[in-house]
Amino acid sequence: MKLYFKFFLMHLKSRMAYKKSFFFSVVGRFLTSFTTFLTIVFLFDRFHVVKGYTMGEVLLTSGVTLMSFALAEMFFRGFDSMQFIIKDASFDRLLLRPRSLIFQVMCQMIEFGRIGIIIQSAIMLFIGVSLSGVTWTFQRVIVLILMIPTGSLLFSSLFLLHAAVCFFTLEGLEFVNILTYGAREYGSYPFDIYGNALLKICTYIIPYALTQYYPLQYLIGRTDSIWMGLVSILAPLFFIPTYALWRFGVRKYKSAGS
Amino acid sequence: MKAYLTYFKMRLIHSLQYRTAALAGVATQFFWGFMEIQLYRAFYAEHADVFPMTLSSLVSYIWLRQAFLALFNTWTFENELFRSVLDGNVAYELLRPTDLYFMWFSRTAAVRISKALLRFWPILLVAFLLPDPIGMSLPGSFGIFCLFVLSSILTLGVTVAFTLIVYFSCFYTLSSDGLRAILTPVSDLLAGGLLPVPFMPVFFQRIIKFSPFGSMLNAPLRIYSGNISGAETAETMLLQLIWLILLMCAGMLLQKKGMKRLSVQGG
Repeated sequence: MKLYFKFFLMHLKSRMAYKKSFFFSVVGRFLTSFTTFLTIVFLFDRFHVVKGYTMGEVLLTSGVTLMSFALAEMFFRGFDSMQFIIKDASFDRLLLRPRSLIFQVMCQMIEFGRIGIIIQSAIMLFIGVSLSGVTWTFQRVIVLILMIPTGSLLFSSLFLLHAAVCFFTLEGLEFVNILTYGAREYGSYPFDIYGNALLKICTYIIPYALTQYYPLQYLIGRTDSIWMGLVSILAPLFFIPTYALWRFGVRKYKSAGS
Repeated sequence: MKAYLTYFKMRLIHSLQYRTAALAGVATQFFWGFMEIQLYRAFYAEHADVFPMTLSSLVSYIWLRQAFLALFNTWTFENELFRSVLDGNVAYELLRPTDLYFMWFSRTAAVRISKALLRFWPILLVAFLLPDPIGMSLPGSFGIFCLFVLSSILTLGVTVAFTLIVYFSCFYTLSSDGLRAILTPVSDLLAGGLLPVPFMPVFFQRIIKFSPFGSMLNAPLRIYSGNISGAETAETMLLQLIWLILLMCAGMLLQKKGMKRLSVQGG
């Protein structure tokens, strides 16, 4: 932990060395997620309600999804560069060090530019919370707070999955992006909007809906069962199969470069 | 002219080699389009009366946009060109007896066309085969199809001229990261890459219509789907032509002026 903190400071310092470029990347990220916000506002300005969801409720969902994604991206982005780590064989170096591999890959990169998204999603969450008209009880606050770290862990597992696939393909696979970036885009809306089939996939195959759709039903009072709200804590279990695949990949790894 | 065409062909063949990347792109683009259509269908199911386009127009719009993403998007830049200004390789280009503006214009257009050539047909093929509410439909008439092709060519021109302005602004600022970070989301939104323009508030639509962004992908896609028709088509295409000329002039001016102050870095 102490070591990670050191890396954290190191990355922060190196990023701050180019203040202007850092500033622009934060602003750019902010604007990117701001366009998501604008699209939602424009659509609800015209249509007011969809599948019974109001703008406040959708903004709440969108804020939660974006924030958990941005947090995962900030700390787990190192896994995105796995294909380069494998190709230039710097993975060999990681294998020699007496620390866990996942920890070391995490330390490769910390994306501070994502702070722009985190700020924007916090604003969205705030607007969502105030517009949604939810009566906040202690249980509901807990449910809402739980949605973010559990979602983050789920996205992190998906980044790990992408990295694990690289052991077998040596290339990043673009369509894994559907699972991460796609879910970020379309997770702005509760998953039942896209139809029942997709909701099932997002429940049983890749459990996005556990951190988004089901807790939301509890928050906005469509169900009274607190278990629906707490089901999000099951989502990080997705880490187990991805970790297994990762371990399998590491064992299969043959150095590729010199 | 011949030199630019040859250069165009060279780049085209070069980029056509990346087939695996194209396949991955097709899968992603297709999924994206499908999800977006599902989203709009949910809105349509409840609010068909206030929908600003017919559902089939919208579906065609989305499939075309996904199919021609590589051709029409406002945010693809070649890092090689930015780097050539930074590391001084641009000097070689300047030594050639050809005009830098048109060299880069044909190069950028060629890269976009070759990427699109690999990607558009599988997406459209599947989109045409899909069943009714989410399937792509044919244009109203052959005439409309011709107008669509013409407007697409203009859009490609306007978009390339726009990206060239960003390239040449690099002569002044050296680093383009800041400009790109801001332009990418803004131009994508205004051009109708995220939300079709008819879905935006009227006030926004008016600004977009008379900005260069309104003359980009928004134009051919809405002509094809019948959302723009009759006299409005002529007006839209005239605006496209005007913006093409204006942006090209601005780009050339930027390039000529930048050239005078350019000090080549590196040896």
